[in-house]
Amino acid sequence: MNITLDLIVFVVLALFIVVSSILAVSTKRILRAATYLLFVLFGTAGIYFQLNYSFLGAVQLLIYAGGITVLYVFSILLTSSEGDQAEKLKKSRFLAGLAATLAGMGICLFVMLKHKFLAPVFEHGELPVREIGHALMSTEKYGYVLPFEVISILLLACIIGGIMIARKR
Amino acid sequence: MVHMEYYLIVSTIMMFAGIYGFLTRRNLLAMLISVELILNSVDINFAVFNRFLFPGQLEGFFFSLFAIGVSAAETAVAIAIIINIYRNMKNIQVRNLDKMKW
Repeated sequence: MNITLDLIVFVVLALFIVVSSILAVSTKRILRAATYLLFVLFGTAGIYFQLNYSFLGAVQLLIYAGGITVLYVFSILLTSSEGDQAEKLKKSRFLAGLAATLAGMGICLFVMLKHKFLAPVFEHGELPVREIGHALMSTEKYGYVLPFEVISILLLACIIGGIMIARKR
Repeated sequence: MVHMEYYLIVSTIMMFAGIYGFLTRRNLLAMLISVELILNSVDINFAVFNRFLFPGQLEGFFFSLFAIGVSAAETAVAIAIIINIYRNMKNIQVRNLDKMKW
């Protein structure tokens, strides 16, 4: 297959994501793990942009990279003392986890690469935001007003729950 | 165009990195970071399937949009709980959290 700019961008993003996600779970210091998580989220936003879902990429950057990572860094700084290292795991536990992971990944990759998907087509062109907004607010078939309202209730419940749990007594 | 399988391979590796972290980490925040990795890989899969297999529809797109919102809510509540645990026990290692065990 010929090398296109698309492919080069994808390979760079994929390497970035894979290396960062493996480092995020294998580094000893937890603040570094949060930083690598931020890199993974940036890479994922890049993949959304490459799929021409700019709105989804922007949401990913805003909510994940902007909000959740800051929350993680704050809570890490609040809950861990300086020079905190991950405690040593027993060798057998570590090996069991690694073996389970590798076996699961092997099975998943095997099934996925064996499976015959529908014929994939890729249409270039941006998904217009007007269409997203209309679908989000419509009550017709393929309208998403009900999940939109449900998630607003969920966020309200989550705000109240967060305050109730974390307040000083 | 990049093959669809390549995206799926990347998201599979991300997902199993998350599962590995969830199994081997012993710090509540590190386990939560691993859960974020798992959720994120599933979001990639939804967007990719929507784009490549059903380009005329928007189901996968909206599912990842709502999944991002739900995981943000989940993280906020989980971090509130973790900070509360830290306030009571001065520690967030899983080994020490056995007060509620019968």
